[in-house]
Amino acid sequence: MFRKLHDPGPQAVTIFIDGRPVVAEPGESVAAVLLRQQEGWNRTTPVSQSPRAPYCMMGVCFECLVEIDGQGSVQSCLTPVAAGMRIARQQGRRSLSA
Amino acid sequence: MRPDIVVIGGGTVGAAIAYGLAGKCNKVLLLDGDDGDFRAARANFGLVWLQGKGLGMPAYQALTRASIALWRGFTERLEAETAIDLAYEQNGGLAFCLGEDAFEKRRLDLLRLHNQRGDGEPDWEMLDRPALERLLPKVTLGPDVAGASFGRHDGHANPLRLLAAMHAGVLRHGGALRHRARVRRIEPAGTDFKLTLDGETLVAPRVVIAAGLGSPELARQVGLDVPLRPERGQVLVTERLEPFLPLPASGLRQTGEGTVMIGATKDDPGFDVSTTGEAAARLSRKTVQIVPALARVGLVRQWAGLRIMTPDSYPIYAQSQSHPGAFVALCHSGVTLAAFHAEDLASAIAAGSLPGRLSPFHQSRFDVPQAA
Repeated sequence: MFRKLHDPGPQAVTIFIDGRPVVAEPGESVAAVLLRQQEGWNRTTPVSQSPRAPYCMMGVCFECLVEIDGQGSVQSCLTPVAAGMRIARQQGRRSLSA
Repeated sequence: MRPDIVVIGGGTVGAAIAYGLAGKCNKVLLLDGDDGDFRAARANFGLVWLQGKGLGMPAYQALTRASIALWRGFTERLEAETAIDLAYEQNGGLAFCLGEDAFEKRRLDLLRLHNQRGDGEPDWEMLDRPALERLLPKVTLGPDVAGASFGRHDGHANPLRLLAAMHAGVLRHGGALRHRARVRRIEPAGTDFKLTLDGETLVAPRVVIAAGLGSPELARQVGLDVPLRPERGQVLVTERLEPFLPLPASGLRQTGEGTVMIGATKDDPGFDVSTTGEAAARLSRKTVQIVPALARVGLVRQWAGLRIMTPDSYPIYAQSQSHPGAFVALCHSGVTLAAFHAEDLASAIAAGSLPGRLSPFHQSRFDVPQAA
């Protein structure tokens, strides 16, 4: 399991993953925060529903897709955290409205 | 094997004819082209479609109607024989109208087609916006959508599975299929035809040319002059989504896998299957006018294919007069017409002559009498 090497200190922000508050550091990606979580996955695939986690961390593999602030299929490795951001793990095919 | 008949062209048209012939106890050899060839069959949108087709060509209207009437049985047979699911659905189809003028024009076009047909109950209706919204409860339509025409007989299928299934069906009926088999020459050899391929020759008493845009050169060698031009069409496809669009529409359909296919453009760059940003932008704009929420959905691929276009856009079916036993079959609606090709057309070719109802599709309709 990944863990953060240092404490972000007073500039830490809170984001929400499936409704649960999580501490993050400004400048880090949503994918990095997801990798620190107990549940090791961020989405299940549309075809076989197998769980997936961030992989390439550089915008190439599209494994790290999540719903962010109501927008589905966002690459979390390319999205920096922001205070109050709401992230939802994505299950199977996303809906048109998300 | 010494074939009874060689079908040149392993795309949707040639494969359907070969499948039909193989099921009628003919020894069929289906010759498919190369991966580098222009393959309309692999770029297809997948509509099995009636509404709006055949204005000014009643025979085509009737042919399309006849093929769609055969499609359900054709699918069931092919699926039973090959265990390939064609994902055929026939719950009706839509053509969205942007603006009241477009809605009225669509109504008049379909009315004209209905009057051209002359008999029978209407199998289409115009749906105003509230009726359309009731039909598509999961879609929030854009403000410009005035309504849609609804065709009861329209539907869609997976065109790649259709092609794979017809290939499998040919083999299952004892036919043979060869890929990368390019025919260079066709010449008469007694009552047979001798086909020259790269490095070998084949002999068969009958030959069907269904080689798409490669056909004119081959058809000329058996006395058939078929005028064709390529017309490029570009298609977009999105990521997979939860089902939201229960019916296919002209230019917009959600597949069984959940992807949304968006089509299609028309232009004439010649033998060029490159894609353009301009086409992607135009298709996206049009689609977002219909379903604004699609603006937030990811596109995963864009591709282009070349339609096989005759001067009037309608099919060519003919047997050579100078070389009896040589047939040509060309069209750009190979999916919709697949059931007709596999059944009626294959039967006619097996019997050795095309029926009178196909005479409007002879390429002699393009011959212009010489001016004095």
